[in-house]
Amino acid sequence: MPMTITEKILAAHAGREQVVPGELINARVDLVLGNDITAPVAIREFDKIGAAVVFDLERVALVPDHFTPNKDIKSAEQSKIMRDFARKHKIVNYFEVGCMGIEHCLLPEQGLVGPGDLVIGADSHTCTYGALGAFSTGMGSTDIAAAMALGEIWLKVPESIKFVFEGELKPWVSGKDLILYIIGQIGVDGALYKAMEFTGSTIENLSIDGRFSMCNMAVEAGAKNGIVPPDEITRSYVEGRCRRPYKFYQSDPDAAYAKIYRYDTSKIEPQVAFPHLPENSRAVSEAGIVEIDQSVIGSCTNGRIEDLRAAAKVLKGKKVHKNVRPIIFPGTQEIYLQALAEGLIETFIRAGAAVSTPTCGPCLGGHMGILADGERCIATTNRNFVGRMGHPGSEVYLSNPAVAAASAILGRIAGPWEVE
Amino acid sequence: MELKGRAWKLGADVDTDAIIPARYLTTSDPDELAAHCMEDAEPSFPVGFKAGDIFVAGKNFGCGSSREHAPIAIKAAGVSCVIARTFARIFYRNAFNIGLPIFESPEAAEDVRDGDELAVDADTGTIKNLTTGRIYKSAPAPPFMQEIIAAGGLINYVSAKLK
Repeated sequence: MPMTITEKILAAHAGREQVVPGELINARVDLVLGNDITAPVAIREFDKIGAAVVFDLERVALVPDHFTPNKDIKSAEQSKIMRDFARKHKIVNYFEVGCMGIEHCLLPEQGLVGPGDLVIGADSHTCTYGALGAFSTGMGSTDIAAAMALGEIWLKVPESIKFVFEGELKPWVSGKDLILYIIGQIGVDGALYKAMEFTGSTIENLSIDGRFSMCNMAVEAGAKNGIVPPDEITRSYVEGRCRRPYKFYQSDPDAAYAKIYRYDTSKIEPQVAFPHLPENSRAVSEAGIVEIDQSVIGSCTNGRIEDLRAAAKVLKGKKVHKNVRPIIFPGTQEIYLQALAEGLIETFIRAGAAVSTPTCGPCLGGHMGILADGERCIATTNRNFVGRMGHPGSEVYLSNPAVAAASAILGRIAGPWEVE
Repeated sequence: MELKGRAWKLGADVDTDAIIPARYLTTSDPDELAAHCMEDAEPSFPVGFKAGDIFVAGKNFGCGSSREHAPIAIKAAGVSCVIARTFARIFYRNAFNIGLPIFESPEAAEDVRDGDELAVDADTGTIKNLTTGRIYKSAPAPPFMQEIIAAGGLINYVSAKLK
């Protein structure tokens, strides 16, 4: 029977020839992830299981990135639980503050995830790694505790939905805009429990960073995973980087899909998602006058080098609006160094932006850029729920990095073409 | 097992930031989390609920983050179960894993009014509206999930498997 890429990866990890949607399987995991919010709960549950050791010292990744560098005493205590566990269990892939990054930027960069892998993480945006042709999905802490002990996890095989993008991207349109556009079309539960498979000539030509942005937000449509068929763009990213052997899987041409959506890419403009759901997306040109107080560029969605280059292209030689607080977060220390070498950091600081060490901080209203009542922020992050970035009376608008940069210059939501 | 209590009616797409805002995730203590359950989303809600109270929500309940702190906060606040039209998938797993009973029932999600008294038979999934006399069905949990429940949660299930 023909299978999709998602079904093939799940079958391979369940030791099966074939799986079908709806089936419950026990699957071997290649990597298990936790962070400073979710790992402490997982560790508590892991200790209850009574397992003496984790299933594989190299296949558990622990990344303190949410409230780090520790924002207060309580978050320091949480981080310490994870650090102590990592030391006690001799976890190889624990990333301390000076060599850390936002987990979903960091793990692929460090070669810990490869095509064909099955990865689970106690973070909803674990679905990011689908960009490499891997199956990856977010779960809660207890599931992660079980996987740390057993090296396997139960999964329900999802049906797949195919999204076919044909045509060339318009200027300033990125992977972020494509995924915001999809969510605007199908809603925040439009792919509930499903696999989202992104294909078509647009995706075949989309950069790896653009693919990361798309798969990252699959969960915002309710999906279990997002995935892009691996190709030469994937190969050039993983070659020499991946620490384990990897395998390219492809969907069979006659595989079954619950639905197939087709889009003409040339008609899609840069998007902005209005409060308070990612599905409230519309073209930036139709945003009207929306004044902003803050612009956040970074996160696991858009904290990669291509994102910083896009922001710098807009900000180069400009000054930000006097009423706007721009905060820019490179996704990892490596990306930070690359941005330094390319002069991007200097461009940001000269434009009047604050540049921060990597952290998830502002995206989830943790620290480093919290909003007051009535304040508005444009952000390249992934969620704009009520109170997501601070006070419940504040507002978050989601966009790509070039739009967030242009908005910082003009003090209102704006397209980059308005400052050229 | 019968779960009985007052219905607190919620809308669609209740996200995990609404259930427990991220600013409180510097702890995983159930009682501390319970003190802030739903505080941004429904400021009119009490701090803590009467034992047995039931959340009745629209589609996609628990969407957003993977934080297990969300079902933990609901359970520790005294809520006996959540009924919704549909659940977001990570929340669905988390609720089973930590022992918060949840029931998918589009009928109940549609019909129940805020303040109605409900009685839920957790074994059959039958929901009785004691205020109106109506009865709603909910989809039973898959057999494998019932095994986890019977074992007393995922951790016990895994412990048994390791032995």
